[in-house]
Amino acid sequence: MSQQKTRMVPLPSEGIIPERDAGSMPVLECRHLGIEFGGLKAVDDFNLTVGKTEIAGLIGPNGAGKTTIFNLLTKVYQPTHGTILFDGKETSGMNTVQVNRAGIARTFQNIRLFSTLSVEDNVKIGLQGSMSYSALTGILRLPGYWKNEKRMHERALELLSIFDMQDLANHIAGSLPYGAQRRLEIVRALATSPKLLLLDEPAAGMNPSETAELMSNIRKIRDTFQIAVLLIEHDMKLVMGICEGIAVLNYGRLIAKGTPEEIQKNPVVIEAYLGKQKGADA
Amino acid sequence: MKGLKKTMRVDFATYIGVTVAFVVMYLLQLGGHLSNSLSGQMVPICCFVSMAVSLNLVVGISGELSLGHAGFMSVGAFSGVIAGMSLADVIPSVPVRLAIALVVGAFFAAIAGFIVGVPVLRLRGDYLAIVTLAFGQIIKDLINCLIVGYDSHGLHIVFNVSGLKSVTDLHLEEGGKAIIKGAQGAVGVTKMASFPAGYILVMITLIIVLNMVRSSTGRSIMAIRDNRIAAESVGINVTKYKLIAFVSSAALAGAAGALYGLNYGSLVSSRFDFNTSILILVYVVLGGLGNIWGSVIGATVLYILPEMLRSFSNYRMLIYAVVLILVMLLTNNEQFKQWRENMAEKLGRGKRAEGGV
Amino acid sequence: MVFFSYLISGISLGSVYAIIALGYTMVYGIAKMLNFAHGDVIMVGGYVCYCALSYLHLPAIVSVPLAMIACTVLGVVIEGLAYRPLRQAGSLAVLITAIGVSYFLQNGAQLIWSATPKNFASVVHFDLPSSLTSLGLSSEAIVTVGACIVIMIALTTFVNKTKLGKAMRCCSEDKGAAQIMGINVNRTISMTFAIGSALAAVAGVLLCSAYPTLQPTTGSMPGIKAFTAAVFGGIGSIPGAFLGGLLLGVIEAMAKAYISTNLANTIVFAVLIIVLLVRPTGLLGKYAPEKV
Repeated sequence: MSQQKTRMVPLPSEGIIPERDAGSMPVLECRHLGIEFGGLKAVDDFNLTVGKTEIAGLIGPNGAGKTTIFNLLTKVYQPTHGTILFDGKETSGMNTVQVNRAGIARTFQNIRLFSTLSVEDNVKIGLQGSMSYSALTGILRLPGYWKNEKRMHERALELLSIFDMQDLANHIAGSLPYGAQRRLEIVRALATSPKLLLLDEPAAGMNPSETAELMSNIRKIRDTFQIAVLLIEHDMKLVMGICEGIAVLNYGRLIAKGTPEEIQKNPVVIEAYLGKQKGADA
Repeated sequence: MKGLKKTMRVDFATYIGVTVAFVVMYLLQLGGHLSNSLSGQMVPICCFVSMAVSLNLVVGISGELSLGHAGFMSVGAFSGVIAGMSLADVIPSVPVRLAIALVVGAFFAAIAGFIVGVPVLRLRGDYLAIVTLAFGQIIKDLINCLIVGYDSHGLHIVFNVSGLKSVTDLHLEEGGKAIIKGAQGAVGVTKMASFPAGYILVMITLIIVLNMVRSSTGRSIMAIRDNRIAAESVGINVTKYKLIAFVSSAALAGAAGALYGLNYGSLVSSRFDFNTSILILVYVVLGGLGNIWGSVIGATVLYILPEMLRSFSNYRMLIYAVVLILVMLLTNNEQFKQWRENMAEKLGRGKRAEGGV
Repeated sequence: MVFFSYLISGISLGSVYAIIALGYTMVYGIAKMLNFAHGDVIMVGGYVCYCALSYLHLPAIVSVPLAMIACTVLGVVIEGLAYRPLRQAGSLAVLITAIGVSYFLQNGAQLIWSATPKNFASVVHFDLPSSLTSLGLSSEAIVTVGACIVIMIALTTFVNKTKLGKAMRCCSEDKGAAQIMGINVNRTISMTFAIGSALAAVAGVLLCSAYPTLQPTTGSMPGIKAFTAAVFGGIGSIPGAFLGGLLLGVIEAMAKAYISTNLANTIVFAVLIIVLLVRPTGLLGKYAPEKV
């Protein structure tokens, strides 16, 4: 729980990141990011900075545009306004595949596993970026095939062990219970060795004890891999418990940024969540 | 490691099954125990097994419906026939020439696959299906316009767009020979195919497809099939892997086509029309999507079935159609599936019990 | 003048394609299946009409509706027996079943009527003034184009204005929601097959009137072409099928006349491919992006 007390420091370019990350370049910087769908501004003037090892949260009511921001970051949609700086580089010309190779990995709100493949294969597919061999090597089963397959197998089990899932390696991904599927998505994303992990409602459908375990695991992931995590979540206990910086979105616009304590006290945020309470001041 | 072992066991069982079937049939054939009609079907069966396995790579593993697979077979058949015939003087050895013809067939079919694949794989679902169908038709028509011959100067090729040209327009010198005569197709082809060659083709096809499926390439292809957006999100280049599946499949179909073409004295391009594509698709679907040994069995059984039904004479294709419909209805019937699962469970339990004793 | 006569023959052929494509498109729009047996229903329609005309010596005005009724029944029976049990199954299973039905119809027709082509007497019996025939206009062409336009207008009105038509549109959008709203999905799909098959019968009769040889494989190629036409125009769209059919017919006739008889089909299919690459869902098709 010590992370909670980390002081946040403002950066020259209007962002705030944890004190320990202040020395290095932020992993992610969104500047005036926006997208329009046929005139409708789904996201407008979105600014966010995520520190190199920060756990950041993105919250807001349903339909606020949180997943859209993930889709912009991973280039499922191309932004119509603004820039995304990832690791100091602009991502404007990149597509989804290139963004992932650059170091952004994600999970999905509506789980998207390779559901007919085994748990191990799901993770191996994530590993292929770093341990690949050519199609011909695979067909002819040259030494490179055996070597890389062995490395992938070992690494996959290692990654699965984060969530204690190594015994499920041979199960079909689609047959796993809901919570395990969510965890597998995280492992698969981690397998691509990201610098920034985007988690879209990782605790959805989990019971309180599973959520508590997930919280400690997210922290564990950040500590072991020294990466940044940006998560969308409705479970306030989780968000307030592990996020160091939180951004609040409503109607596609950023309405507040700050530490969990600041966000909890912020009247604009309370209003967005609970609605304007008439006569409350009177 | 248990998973790896299981797939390896299935693969080896497939190889062994095919080998045993080949040895038995070949010995029967050598001993003269096979009827003439059955004996003559050994090579085509091998070709269609290869066709089904390679189509399964696209339809089952990659999950894209292709209705033009026979088009690639056609490209392979005609280019293979040209190679096999025109190299007669240079390479006298028939097996070597046959092997070269198969490679040539695979090569040209792969090029056709690439030309078709690059634009087509951008489309989705039924739109992709109709375009592959269209390409199958186009390939058939284009080959119909082809007039090819050879003499000591090499190959002479005329493209008969107007429909007015004939073999004389090739201007072959004395001793030259026409191989493909437009709509008449290839005539006077030297039969070079043999059952052992067919067996080798099937084995090579199986090894390529199975090894690909069990490698990172195959996993990527299946990942794209299962969830394209997720595959992209973990850095898989969708176009590249779809293209690998499509072109490999086309190349294997080309090799099978070359063997098929060199099994007959003459060959017309309408032999590889839409109905042939559909026939191969039926083998794949009945054998089980993504199930490689299922394709082997499916192609073999369904190729022989119409022959077995020969005693029903005129009714045989009608019966074939009814069998096809009933099998589809039955395999997709929930109650039947339930029953099958129950049976499998019972059998499995029985086995385990035996093992325990 | 020669150009005009090619245009006429193209439009008339295109009208037949359009009528068949309408059946394809309606079935696809609602059942989301490629009904490869549709082309063979055309052939059956042709044979029923032929039998009524030649064996029973009925007038065309009776024979054509007879063929339509026969095909309607056939379509509904096929749907009920072969396709309905597969409603929850994968699209490939349905496709293969449709192919099975297609084999069945072709081979059944061969057993009943033999493979020898029948000479189909045109159902159109009126003469045009010679000033028109010299332009390349035939009475069959006029009837075909007229029938196509009438069918197109009637279908559009039906789908937009009647209760059943609206039910069809609901089912094509979302079967589950339609069911909840109290629409009998099975009956609606049945009706769609009935209409599609009746149209196929009309197309069969018109096709055989213009090209008077009738054999068990008569429906295959027009079936594939009409399917192409439906995709060309945007499968699922009624005006799309109409437009696609007409364009396809005209392109085919022009290619035959001016480029190459051998390559006419190639040109038709090449145009389809180019259109799909530019507009991946056809000329009038709707694009529905996948939601992430």
